[in-house]
Amino acid sequence: MSYSGSRMLLSSQRESQVTKFRVWVMLAVPLTALLFQVYVPLFFRFLAFLDMPLLVVVYLALMRRSPVAGVLLGSIVGLAQDSLSKNPLGMFGITKTLVGYFAASVGMKLNVDNVLMRFLLAFFFCVFHQAFYWVMERALLRHLSQFEIQTWLVYGLLNAVVGAALFHLLDKLRVTA
Amino acid sequence: MESFLNRYRNITILLLVIFAQLVLLAFQVKNDQDVRFIRVWTVTAVSPLARIVEGLRGSGIGFVRNYIQLHDADAQNRKLQAEVDRLRIENIFLKNELNTAERAKALQIFQQHTPSKTLAASVISTGLGTSRKVIYVDRGTVAGVMRGMAVVTPDGILGKVEAAYPTASEVLLVTDPEFAAGVMTADALVHGTLHGQGSPVCKVDYIGLEDKLAPGDQLYTSGDDRIFPRGFPVGAVKSVSPGQPFKDVTVEPSGPARGLEDVLIILEGVHQEIPTAPTSTEPVYVAPAPPGNATGTPATPGPGAPAAPPGTEADRLRSVYKAVGDEQQHTFGEGLPGSKPPDFTKIPVSGAPPGFKGTGAPAAAPSAPSAQKGTGPPAGGPLRQ
Repeated sequence: MSYSGSRMLLSSQRESQVTKFRVWVMLAVPLTALLFQVYVPLFFRFLAFLDMPLLVVVYLALMRRSPVAGVLLGSIVGLAQDSLSKNPLGMFGITKTLVGYFAASVGMKLNVDNVLMRFLLAFFFCVFHQAFYWVMERALLRHLSQFEIQTWLVYGLLNAVVGAALFHLLDKLRVTA
Repeated sequence: MESFLNRYRNITILLLVIFAQLVLLAFQVKNDQDVRFIRVWTVTAVSPLARIVEGLRGSGIGFVRNYIQLHDADAQNRKLQAEVDRLRIENIFLKNELNTAERAKALQIFQQHTPSKTLAASVISTGLGTSRKVIYVDRGTVAGVMRGMAVVTPDGILGKVEAAYPTASEVLLVTDPEFAAGVMTADALVHGTLHGQGSPVCKVDYIGLEDKLAPGDQLYTSGDDRIFPRGFPVGAVKSVSPGQPFKDVTVEPSGPARGLEDVLIILEGVHQEIPTAPTSTEPVYVAPAPPGNATGTPATPGPGAPAAPPGTEADRLRSVYKAVGDEQQHTFGEGLPGSKPPDFTKIPVSGAPPGFKGTGAPAAAPSAPSAQKGTGPPAGGPLRQ
């Protein structure tokens, strides 16, 4: 079974096969991403732009192709990220819940084994995450944070580059038939 | 109905999960309360892993340094660094005591003054969030840490404990927008409130337009906030500009200046007096005293006066006060507050500090150069303020 593909769209529902992961992968990968997020920027500040929990949610939701699993994964990772921040619980939770749902929905329609498609999706979801978080801050917390679209685009681009490589590494953890 | 739910199962679950989180969020925002148990679970799950990773990192670095490159030089270096940090704090403490002696309040301060009890901690992770400035340290409630305790470094204040968990604590940094602390100038004439801004520079609110404050002035904790004991360095004023209705003042905090790796948590704070001299380490040149100036030539004591000991002028000043106390059979550091202090009006003429006008000192005694005011070094040498 080959996981690489050159086409962007799936021709039938049959092609959108669910990718399976072992249970420890589903637990260890998000936990490692959270640990990376709180620990690595302590010594390498230039890596603070990376949102590893987001990239992991996007990857697992895309590959699982199950909106329900995407929703649960996004909400759990988001709430954990909220717990480790000064945010009220739910800010990252709601944002990542939506990301997980939409990523899983997109995974059913597109060929997410394509590298270019992965790059574009990672870029889109990173920018979406930033924008939606900004909306939530203003609407729910009344924080007057700046609308920095250029920063978000650069942030999305950098995360997409790292995400494309990360997705390739995470492919090694898939359960092959 | 069943087919309807099956058809819209995904969107239904999505809406339910988002609705639940919105309710959670609304509860926190409206009641200004935190859902603590979720945070406890997450921190308890992550902090052991962080400690393991930090331990592996420290062990790896320590192995390379100790056994391959520098053998035991690193351990010695760390020991000396800790010694230097301890001496710096002790130095500030001693400066405070010497300065307060000049204002005849030394006895009371000596009796009441004890250093703060602190707990060393290592930073194990940074907090998440866009503009939030928090860190996690590896000491928690098991080690006696409580919410609201002050966190400092030898250079100044760093933040306060925002939440204490069993094995770790969350520290709100001085640069966080929600951080606030009472500050004042060295002469205690100007008081204000320090606020973080989410950037490396903090601002000070409530500085009146008539208050005298200039860039470079050192600020210290005032103790009014009941978190930081008075007398800890805060930082130097970076800019001062007129505003309405108060001055716009920015400060560069000195606490995080040397990075965030090791901190001190103040378990029992003790207020200290503010040093009158800034803690800058820049040497200052002091010109030699003019010939015949009695205060600048301590080598010619008057008859009957105790011989001036070697060392700085502060050492001589201290010995003068000590001699007066010994003469009156007073033991410094003992006695309850309010007990009778020694009579400092009986200081010998030649031993009196510069500018002292006690009953034994002639009115014609020349005063010291105003810039040093009795605490400066021997004339002609560099001074570290």
